[in-house]
Amino acid sequence: MPQIFPKKLDFFTRLSGAVIIMAAMSGVGLAYYVFSPDVLETGYTPVQPVPYSHKLHAGNLGMDCYYCHTTVEKAAHAAVPPTETCMNCHSKVKEKSALLAPIRESYETGKAVPWVNVHVLPDYVYFNHQSHVTVGVSCVSCHGRVDQMVEVKQVQPLNMAWCLECHRNPAPNLRPVQYVTKLDWKPEGDPAEYGKQVIAAKGINPPQNCSGCHR
Amino acid sequence: MDLIQISPAQNATGKKYWRSLNELSGTRGFTDWVENEFPGGSEILDPGSRRTMLKLMAASFGLAGLVACRRPEMKIIPVSKSAEDVIPGKPALYASAFVNRGVANGIQVEVHDGRPTKVEGNPMHPNSQGAASALAQASVLSVYDPDRARTVHEGATASNWAAFDKAAASLVEGFGAGGGLRILSERTSSPTLLSVKGELLKKYPEAKWAEYDSLDGGHAIAAAEMVFGQRLQPVYHFDKADVIVSLDDDFMGEDAASIEATKQFSKKRKVSKPGEPMNRLYLVESRFSITGAMADHRLRIKSGEVLQFASDLAVEVGAKTALKVLKPGDATQKWLTAVARDLKANAGKCLVTAGPMQSAQVHALAFLINQSLGNIGSTLTFSKAIFEPAQSIGELAKEMGAGTVKTLVILGGNPAYTAPVDLGFGELIAKVPASIYLGAEMDETAAVAKWHLPMAHAMEAWGDARSTDGSATVLQPQIAPLYDGRSAIEIAAQLLDGKAKKSFAVVQGYWKSVSSAADAERIWRKGVHDGVMPGSAYSEVKVAFNAKAIPEVAAASLAGTELVFLSSNLGDGRYANNAWLQEVPESMTKLTWDNVAHISPKMARELKVETGGLVKITLGSRSLEIPALVTPGQAEGSVALQLGYGRTKVGRVGEGVGVNVGLLRTSEGWAFAQGASLVATSGSRELAITQEHHSMREPDMPGRPGELRPVVREGSLEEYKKQPRFAPEVDHAEEMFDLQGGHDYSKGYQWGMAIDLNLCIGCNACLVACNAENNIPVVGRDQIRRGREMHWIRLDRYYTGTEEDPQAVMQPLNCQQCEAAPCENVCPVAATVHSPEGLNDMAYNRCVGTRYCANNCPYKVRRFNYIDWHKNITPVGEMVHNPDVTVRMRGVMEKCTYCVQRIQEKRIAAKADPAGRRLIRDGEILTACQQTCPADAITFGNINDPASAVAKAKAEPRDYTLLKEINTKPRTSFLARLRNPNPELKA
Repeated sequence: MPQIFPKKLDFFTRLSGAVIIMAAMSGVGLAYYVFSPDVLETGYTPVQPVPYSHKLHAGNLGMDCYYCHTTVEKAAHAAVPPTETCMNCHSKVKEKSALLAPIRESYETGKAVPWVNVHVLPDYVYFNHQSHVTVGVSCVSCHGRVDQMVEVKQVQPLNMAWCLECHRNPAPNLRPVQYVTKLDWKPEGDPAEYGKQVIAAKGINPPQNCSGCHR
Repeated sequence: MDLIQISPAQNATGKKYWRSLNELSGTRGFTDWVENEFPGGSEILDPGSRRTMLKLMAASFGLAGLVACRRPEMKIIPVSKSAEDVIPGKPALYASAFVNRGVANGIQVEVHDGRPTKVEGNPMHPNSQGAASALAQASVLSVYDPDRARTVHEGATASNWAAFDKAAASLVEGFGAGGGLRILSERTSSPTLLSVKGELLKKYPEAKWAEYDSLDGGHAIAAAEMVFGQRLQPVYHFDKADVIVSLDDDFMGEDAASIEATKQFSKKRKVSKPGEPMNRLYLVESRFSITGAMADHRLRIKSGEVLQFASDLAVEVGAKTALKVLKPGDATQKWLTAVARDLKANAGKCLVTAGPMQSAQVHALAFLINQSLGNIGSTLTFSKAIFEPAQSIGELAKEMGAGTVKTLVILGGNPAYTAPVDLGFGELIAKVPASIYLGAEMDETAAVAKWHLPMAHAMEAWGDARSTDGSATVLQPQIAPLYDGRSAIEIAAQLLDGKAKKSFAVVQGYWKSVSSAADAERIWRKGVHDGVMPGSAYSEVKVAFNAKAIPEVAAASLAGTELVFLSSNLGDGRYANNAWLQEVPESMTKLTWDNVAHISPKMARELKVETGGLVKITLGSRSLEIPALVTPGQAEGSVALQLGYGRTKVGRVGEGVGVNVGLLRTSEGWAFAQGASLVATSGSRELAITQEHHSMREPDMPGRPGELRPVVREGSLEEYKKQPRFAPEVDHAEEMFDLQGGHDYSKGYQWGMAIDLNLCIGCNACLVACNAENNIPVVGRDQIRRGREMHWIRLDRYYTGTEEDPQAVMQPLNCQQCEAAPCENVCPVAATVHSPEGLNDMAYNRCVGTRYCANNCPYKVRRFNYIDWHKNITPVGEMVHNPDVTVRMRGVMEKCTYCVQRIQEKRIAAKADPAGRRLIRDGEILTACQQTCPADAITFGNINDPASAVAKAKAEPRDYTLLKEINTKPRTSFLARLRNPNPELKA
């Protein structure tokens, strides 16, 4: 029986096979990259119902994070403040501003301002602000320089590998508890060296087992 | 595979469970789920969603569709104005009470962001002392029951409160002296409601207040009235009694004050060292109760024979001489003599109790025996009765039949279902010109009443109630009424002047009126906060005994078969729509989602019927068919029937579950009836019984049948004294090769648990507490029959002895948290791995559902989500979930975690303590099962700390671990069961 395909076609068959495999592999690689939290989550900047500027309040005016996020050292959630907190100042300052209309409305009607959640963790992750802030992990470690953000943006991927980086080596992210909200604070000398002293002094041993964060 | 074939609209029949799979789907039947479980390995999709899915897939392949890959935008909803002391995400505990048939059980309700999610015992309450019952634990689920009545109904048409308020105002105008007004309440000890009652009877002197409790005839108080001439409440002190004789009294099980009794009983049951004394319990009963399982000696006789026994015992201890001792047979006589001798030897520190279903005469005889043994004043005291006299339901029915009742107000209780069948109460209600029914569900009574008003749940309105010793607890609402309900106090108060009332004003008004004006606010605040009103307990009343008042015992005719009516997991039927309670295996029989006729093995042979076979029970002119359950330990000639099932109108969960045995229950044979006959019929029903699931038996090998490994170990108090290490010595002593090894568990916290089998009574409180704490789904009857129940605690009940008259041991079995866990070795994705603190962690999100771990678990404690049980849950149903625990999805394995969320909570609290970083204190972490346990059988803590309670428990000589020979090194250990038999009765 004569051959239907010439022998030299083998080369092209192999070549196209290789091309397909390489294309598939690069496709997988590309998908892995684009679906990774670094790409998907980092940089998320949703539009908020009120164009509240952290840069203005926390940066220029120098308000402390604790002024609004009062529960951060007491509970798992760093609560978004009630409308009342805004009105502490805005009943006197910019009390007529059109941009603040939703705030005034909320204050009068008792209905909440529907802020958009920027930093979202999956439901099976039980992150606790209290245990981090009270031990000297600054806001800046996870949230970035919020005091320089007009609109709050997610700057870290917040995936498990990223969490574990710090849980394995917390030293670079530790500071005195009183400077936790001072986002531009730098220790004198090597931050890692300083962190090591804190670890030794407080016996810090972040969990690396599943139930540390998953319950 | 054709997706259209499995359209959810296909099957409209079958059961629905509101906590679980069929919640509100309205269509999907139970069996559909089962059949569709793995249709070609596919998901169950709506027909329309196939296209949606393809679209989504296409989008996910294109880079342009990346936006769709982000999680959906989520909102943060802060309050507009903050409330004091409320921290979002932090639960708060509010003291309140769970009222079980009029008796308060002090609880704390855990409230997460405004929604009650969990009941805990209130450690500040003098009676509950930190424990809560299974019923109390499950009550939180009823708050979110979507089948609760939502609107006022006038007849069959929906109305509203405004219309009712108007109608009530005009009704009240016509009451006059109240000649035609009758109020039927559940049995109540509520000081506020009783004061409203007093005002009502003052304003309408001819009106009457009736009370009915389906499970307690109030015979104890009636007996006190008989022999002391005044209505007094017997207050038992089991913690002072060395010998207890219970006359058909399941005081640790069905009794309304069981928590208190169990707390006290276990204090005398606890043996820390060999040689320490322990109490001895004798029990006389017809069916095998959980108190019977604790008994050192149990006598099986018909409930109808208990009166005779009580009388004989009274003669035997010398309490009375008038009647000659009848000799029912030598065995019983020997028993009787031995018990009497033991009682006399312990005069002053023994106790005889009688069950709530036994007559006042039996109670009076029990008082007489206690009196003659000098127990009154020590183990038995009397104080003012917490219940007031009221018209009986029989008298009320007579008046209703005569047509003299013009207005009938029913405050809860569903009497159309629970009242004795011969009264025909449902039809009588329909005859009353104006009937108003306040009830939580659209139930049998709602169907016949003119007005049906939705009743607020106990967690939705202010109220109060007393414990047996009189201490009063104010019930705080934790949530505004979800379905616009009102409470009994509000409706009763409305009858005074026709105006709608708020429970807060009425309850607070009452309490401020009874304390001195200067102190009223302080007392109110302290009482509400602590969960017990200061100074509300009644003081002891000194009594003068009049033995002559007890009527002579006439020989009763006990011909034919006896029927005994009992409470069930569903109470008298009021919890029928509570899926947690439907699914909890009944303590002794492990039966779920059904009720049966409990018959003895001998009777089963005579009737030629097996478990599940239908029997026809005839009593007089009434008969019904019910599946039989062959129950070891059941008295001969006596059949136990559990009430609360066969509800016709209640809601999705409870409707049509089981058989309404109340149809055989007449006023005369209310507690038990003689002269019934049974015949086996041809039909049968496959019962959902969990007792054979997850067995730790060895598998059969060729040529050698498998044996039950020695998982339960028991000995007598004497043996323990002689050979303290009798339990661990069962195991082989040789050093074993360690397969895993290498882990250093000598540092830091190392969590461990010890369960004292000598204290565990098998009441199921831990099981329901675990349900609530860990968001455990309900699976339903069919799935249980497939062995797919999800309870993390398996309460094994082992029988020992003969089939006819065995003894029983309870063994709660949760994940043993093995140090060398066999499950971890076989997980291909490392979803279950060890923590440095010795916990066998379960990462749900990693689990791919191979189920290898469950296969390899020698203790059979892993549970697999075969179905997405939470799939169709409503937003209201979701509110019961504990936000600190992940809700597991389909295809995921789960198991006990030692309440790791509680460990972490306390760890963080200890680290962030404002007073400085510190270690977790012993006893600070209480697992959900341990917290609620009325017997204090469970200890948990750090085994590395020799001073911890758990380390001390594990150091006791009785301590042993299960299946030690396979070297899994479990962190949970058991303290062997002890019995304290009377040497005289050793056969």
